[in-house]
Amino acid sequence: MRIGIACPYSWDVPGGVQQHIRDLAETLIELGHEVSVIAPADDDRPLPAYVVPAGRAMPVPYNGSVARLAFGPLSANRVRRWLKDGAFDVLHVHEPAVPSLSLLACWVASGPIVATVHTAMRKSRWLLASQPVLRSALEKIDGRIAVSEAARTTFVQQLGGDAVLIPNGLATRRYRHAEPLDGWPGTGGAIGFLGRMDETRKGLPVLLQAFELLAPGRPGLRLLIGGNGDAEEHRDTLPAELRDRAVFLGEVSEEDKIRLLHSVDVFCSPNTGGESFGIVTAEAMAAGVAIVASDIPAFRDVLRDGQAGELFAAGDPAALASAAARLLDDPARCAELSAAALDAVAAYDWGIVARDVVSVYETVVLGRTPVGITE
Amino acid sequence: MTWTIIVLAVLVVVLWGFWVSWRASRLDRMHNRVEAARTALDLALVRRWSAAGDLASSGQLDPATSMLLADAVLRARQADPAERDLAESDLTRALRATLGDPDFRAELAAGDPSDPDGPEDSAELLTAVERAAQQVSIARMFYNDLAGRTLDARRRPLARVLHLSGRARQPEFFDMDDALVDGEG
Repeated sequence: MRIGIACPYSWDVPGGVQQHIRDLAETLIELGHEVSVIAPADDDRPLPAYVVPAGRAMPVPYNGSVARLAFGPLSANRVRRWLKDGAFDVLHVHEPAVPSLSLLACWVASGPIVATVHTAMRKSRWLLASQPVLRSALEKIDGRIAVSEAARTTFVQQLGGDAVLIPNGLATRRYRHAEPLDGWPGTGGAIGFLGRMDETRKGLPVLLQAFELLAPGRPGLRLLIGGNGDAEEHRDTLPAELRDRAVFLGEVSEEDKIRLLHSVDVFCSPNTGGESFGIVTAEAMAAGVAIVASDIPAFRDVLRDGQAGELFAAGDPAALASAAARLLDDPARCAELSAAALDAVAAYDWGIVARDVVSVYETVVLGRTPVGITE
Repeated sequence: MTWTIIVLAVLVVVLWGFWVSWRASRLDRMHNRVEAARTALDLALVRRWSAAGDLASSGQLDPATSMLLADAVLRARQADPAERDLAESDLTRALRATLGDPDFRAELAAGDPSDPDGPEDSAELLTAVERAAQQVSIARMFYNDLAGRTLDARRRPLARVLHLSGRARQPEFFDMDDALVDGEG
């Protein structure tokens, strides 16, 4: 299929929507589709082959802050030319209610259009959408996708028409290989944690108490902790002689997060509740590290009831300590869990998610002429 | 001798009284003029919202630009008094972004000869926005000038000591970005 994707935000600026489009486009290309993405970007910047720059985004006041968007007659002309050259079977716009390229693409295009809404929007934003010009552009959308329940609800309530819920995929490949951080994992065993330290439901205190139980019998065992929060406060809950063995990295970059997952022998998700999916745990699974996780429903689900990771009674440090000890002492068991985790996490991979998106494309193109330009 | 002194003293007091009341009434007049100038400025801003809103909903703009402009108008109208200057400056920036491309501005100014019976003439819309923006600029200059002079008059020692301005509200400068073309003003 020939697919044209419109991105409203600058390609050079990091952001969730851009990341989503990048992952989706690359996966669709792997699946054998022809994909072209139009995005605001400088003409002289190096871009992936599938990205067509629509010129630099202009900073404008929007929604109470300054946003970098592409709009106006020049951008509209670029979109028109892109649509003409691309001769797409389907046009996929992201965040069509943001005044940028996606909305322009809806406006100038005719033919099958799919739209993905990423963020839930406040009412006032949609009131503007009652303007005839906007309404006529947005009414051309044939297939609607929402990445979350909240986005779906706003879509349905404000614009009418139901939306298919297709969550973000996980680019599992990106997590598979990484260099461990310098000096890790060492030989005495290392346990990792990722998450905001100050949120008790993330369970860091449970892990620290378990570490206190494990540490005396294992003089080389260390903890590697990444995430926002007051490191001092947590370090001080440990007995003085153990404090050097718990390393707090603070907030970590996306790259260091992946390196952290490759720097430890066992990754721990000690959450005491409140997770609906557990993205961090899924990322650890994709990295192929052995996982010990609390037995809350979200983890039970993603870890296939303990087949893809060791489960322990949520909130119980002694149970966590003995589960972690079992893994630290049994590399064969770790390898087994790692293989099972890689297998289980594949269900959340972009490859699967992109197939769902393609089904939406296939539905809207049925019996339609390809994408063209309205005169 | 004593009488002469008394008469002179009374005369001085009376003259001083006249002078004070003259200063007080001048200050009062200045406050009134500031109020009037402020009303004129508010009116100019309202005209600008309305002209910008008309342009946004005219169908002469692409929907993205139209939405940005409508958003800026909505925010300026709903802004609390404390953030009014910021919201109005944002509207100026949105107008600048809309009309920033000289070719497009020329196209709007030329109107749409192919559709003479169109619902709204783009040249008229453009003129209305430009005129409203210019009026905002002028009204703001007049207001700030009067506000400055009134503040000076209020700060004079006599006015302060005798509290000549009474309960009249102290005028505040209205600072905003009101240049429709980059670099102007």
